[in-house]
Amino acid sequence: MSAVTPARRASSWMAASAAAQRLGSVALFLAVWQIVAAAVHSRLLPSASAVFVVLAQESVHGPLLFHLGITLARVAAAFVVAMVIGMAIGIAMGRSRTLDALFDSWLVLLLNLPALVIIVLAYVWFGLNEAAAIGAVAVNKIPNTAVTLREGARALDRNYSDMAASFHVGRWPTLRHVILPQLYPYVFAAARSGLALVWKIVLIVELLGRSNGVGFEIQLYFQQFDVTRILAYSFAFMIVIQLIEWAIFQPLERRASAWRQ
Amino acid sequence: MTPALIAQIREKRYARARGEKWHVALAGLSLEVAAGEFVALVGPSGCGKTTFLNIVAGLDRDFAGEVRLAPHPDGRPARVGYVFQEPRLLPWRTVYENIALVLPANGADAVVKDMLNAVGLPKAQDLYPPQLSVGMSRRVAIARAFAIQPDLLLMDEPFVSLDHDTVEQLRELLLKLWHARPTTVLFVTHDIREALVLADRLVLLSGTPGHVVADVPVSLARNRRGSGAEIERLRDEILRRHRELIGAAAAPATSES
Repeated sequence: MSAVTPARRASSWMAASAAAQRLGSVALFLAVWQIVAAAVHSRLLPSASAVFVVLAQESVHGPLLFHLGITLARVAAAFVVAMVIGMAIGIAMGRSRTLDALFDSWLVLLLNLPALVIIVLAYVWFGLNEAAAIGAVAVNKIPNTAVTLREGARALDRNYSDMAASFHVGRWPTLRHVILPQLYPYVFAAARSGLALVWKIVLIVELLGRSNGVGFEIQLYFQQFDVTRILAYSFAFMIVIQLIEWAIFQPLERRASAWRQ
Repeated sequence: MTPALIAQIREKRYARARGEKWHVALAGLSLEVAAGEFVALVGPSGCGKTTFLNIVAGLDRDFAGEVRLAPHPDGRPARVGYVFQEPRLLPWRTVYENIALVLPANGADAVVKDMLNAVGLPKAQDLYPPQLSVGMSRRVAIARAFAIQPDLLLMDEPFVSLDHDTVEQLRELLLKLWHARPTTVLFVTHDIREALVLADRLVLLSGTPGHVVADVPVSLARNRRGSGAEIERLRDEILRRHRELIGAAAAPATSES
């Protein structure tokens, strides 16, 4: 097989042009923001450049990185807990009709319970502590993950399981080579939407009952009407989440789908 | 000598999708296969051939009756290799990984390479199944089944919906492998010609529910089966005696679930 086929060269060219388009779109957004801010000329709508100057200053001299780190740690903890528990519940419900019939209404109930209610109840019942905060975030995400993975478990191809069973492939290798690869698309879907949901809820949890983190800082600057700092903290976080998408999710997904050529 | 396989299916039935009526797929089906014998199960679509293979493979335990596999001479339970109607290779694993999956970890490497050579695909090990031609996929499925050194090899119409030349090559390959690695084979087909070319014995199945209607040894020497005329003559004779198989003879290469 040759190293660079014409098809591959064309696809890398297309990827480059897609990246250029994306950059152009971001630049356009920043330009519009800059112009509108200059026209409005108000303390309540700082310009893009002002926000990014503050972002840089706060990262170097201020506590931005510290709070960002704390929030990221909470996001990571809540995300892992929600994914592991949600996947286990989802797969179990997808595989067993009895479990599905028993707990389907619970899932629906949990899906419709507002995040704010879960957070408030967690703080009331378990106190204003880290475990309650992370638990509350995880509980918000678990039903989503469970529903997605339940779909995946229902769609498992019986033919492959039969093949593995007839050749006496063990439980663990069957899970690893036969079952999980069929679930990866669902896991990625759950992880993507999970990250987006979890970080938004973590900010609320911090705002309501923690004394550090990006959410806590935003509450502080809200009281001071310091929109520049509110935006600086938000953008810092959005950039990190986007980096996670590029640096972790996309490469993992490419690897998992290498066989689809 | 004890037979390699003794199967006595008193009844196998399925619940119908609607209503309480049962669909009886197999009734009173008994079969004995001697060690090293190549038996073709021939019957029209829908007579329960696949159902029967799944029972023998241990995939379906919900039936009335008994299936006994003679243990391997050294005492371990019999190993069963299965070549399904579709190759059933994991598309997300390479050819190499697909075969290694069914083998014990130590020594797998040599066996995989040996089998890929044996089926004429020494360079395919790093390809993913979607990159293979249909013929190559079947070869890999056959390699996987032989890799475990099966005591019983089950094959469920493994050559349907392939072009004539590919089928010829695959039959030849199968016989070559079987001579080099002797094992007991239960080969399901609806094609009487195919059965006559490959098997020592034809077991004719028919009806709903499926049962054995006849047991026909193939006396024609293997080295004379290349001649189409002899095969045609035997086929005509079988069809004359067993008119219920006309459906099978005329049946196109349809899949059976």
